[in-house]
Amino acid sequence: MDYNMASDASLVQEYIHGNEQALSTLITRHQQRIYSFIYSKVFDKDVSEDVFQDTFIKVINTLKRGKYNEEGKFLPWVMRIAHNLVIDHFRKNKRMPMFENKGDFNIFSVLSDDELNIEKQLIKDQIECDVQELIKELPEDQLEVLTMRIYKDMSFKEISEATGVSINTALGRMRYALINLRKIIEKHNLILTN
Amino acid sequence: MEHLYTKPSKEDQLKNLNPTKDTIQFLLNYSKALRITKYKQLDFQMILN
Repeated sequence: MDYNMASDASLVQEYIHGNEQALSTLITRHQQRIYSFIYSKVFDKDVSEDVFQDTFIKVINTLKRGKYNEEGKFLPWVMRIAHNLVIDHFRKNKRMPMFENKGDFNIFSVLSDDELNIEKQLIKDQIECDVQELIKELPEDQLEVLTMRIYKDMSFKEISEATGVSINTALGRMRYALINLRKIIEKHNLILTN
Repeated sequence: MEHLYTKPSKEDQLKNLNPTKDTIQFLLNYSKALRITKYKQLDFQMILN
């Protein structure tokens, strides 16, 4: 069998049946794309190596356990694993921020105060106040759905029961409410970010 | 100026990235060493030396 010419699907089948050379071909074929994808997210070679390695360990384990089903394609599946591991990396870093040793140690690079300071709190209050004014410009039916969903935290099922319309109509009204809000924001040149 | 024009773009730099040979070798060795034994509904994972 010419491994270089073989499709991913047949290489995967070869590997599942115990042919280790098939895995080597698969890695060689896709390593650049997967590694570049990881690096483009984390911008650190050491972290990229780790994520790449963890990605293929997951791939190997899944294939050897016979849990892989050839529903989609091999590369998108591996990319999805890599993507999830990159997210895990950032989540882990958020809980335990990495300390970069650059000589001058700054305690605030590893310690941060999650609470908003006075300035940020003022900006947040102003934005919320602006948004409350903006939504008054929405048509009555959209305003009703948006208020119930965002301010009263009701589910779309509850909204549909309360307003007497179907869930799909409630979803549609919410969608149009957001579209119209964006239009109003653009029209008034408003910047509603902290 | 020449240096500016000949410098590869960020996209090109990303295209030419590859993992180290050690990482690839580790993965191939890991794969060769890994044995998964099924017993009823359990999977036993063994790393053979």
